[in-house]
Amino acid sequence: MSLAFTYALIGVGLFTMGLYALIVHAHLLRKILALNIMGSGVFMILVALAKRSGDVPDPVPHAMVITGIVVAVSATALALTLMLKLNATSGRATLVDDRQD
Amino acid sequence: MSDQSKQGISNDPAQIAALVRVLIALLVTGLGVVLAYVILSLPSVAVGLSQVVNVHLQQSGVTNPVTAVLLNFRGYDTLLEMVVLLLALMGVWALGGAAHFHDDAPGPVLNTLARLLVPVLIMVAAYLLWVGAHAPGGAFQAGSVLGAAGVLLLLAGWRPPIALMALPLRFVLVIGPAAFVAIALGTLVSKGQLLAYPVNNAGLLILVLEAAATVSIGVTLAALFVGGQPQDEQHK
Repeated sequence: MSLAFTYALIGVGLFTMGLYALIVHAHLLRKILALNIMGSGVFMILVALAKRSGDVPDPVPHAMVITGIVVAVSATALALTLMLKLNATSGRATLVDDRQD
Repeated sequence: MSDQSKQGISNDPAQIAALVRVLIALLVTGLGVVLAYVILSLPSVAVGLSQVVNVHLQQSGVTNPVTAVLLNFRGYDTLLEMVVLLLALMGVWALGGAAHFHDDAPGPVLNTLARLLVPVLIMVAAYLLWVGAHAPGGAFQAGSVLGAAGVLLLLAGWRPPIALMALPLRFVLVIGPAAFVAIALGTLVSKGQLLAYPVNNAGLLILVLEAAATVSIGVTLAALFVGGQPQDEQHK
């Protein structure tokens, strides 16, 4: 198994661990962190699989990942601000299931 | 007996939660195995688009393939991506949060570190911007370094002058997307296609675009870190 596939499988591991944490944890900060880890896994898969083209990696996935990182950072900032607003108005940092209220 | 113990399990919320967690872990592991199988079933050699990029690299105005893809071949994506950054900042500002500056005095270590590092970071950003034409680097990397310099300054207690917070800040925030849109419209008029640079001037155009994008990305990231409209804080 080549190095590209090793790193891609580690990316799959990051993605699934992030998905598990996203489902299990109720606290929104943990959910945001989990989404970021899932995103890092996807970036890792893209970058790793780009190496399959030989000595010079395929530049198109690399360009997509660069774009994706900046979008992920800005989306995270927006999500954190939303969480802070929720915390300021309701005193909680979790989403409440309406059916239980 | 077994009936009773089942009843006991289903009535204890902690045990149900633990069972659900195990179930979720099993499902997610199953998904991971499927994904791993899919990735391993991909061909081990795939040229992708690298040949196409290499063939057209000489017309792109730069020699680094990633920069060529970002700013030339897929310039449209980068244009929209700049708009996404701006939208995120508009979303943060629209939530109406005041900028939460902490006015604690920074320790001597942070203060000295900021003084030492910020000039270096600005120089590294300029270098990354310039080197992006022929080696790994470019607007996004340079913009991130610039944003990090801004965050460091904000952490060390530096506050931008209020006179710069209204129009000048907005001008700097939109200069990247605006330069992109202007060049896109220019090429639309002159060559009939969005972002189809003339081959002779492509390198210069890309450098101008990257410089504008670097400044916008850096300032947008620092503004996102502040987390609110800076003006609000001054008016409070």
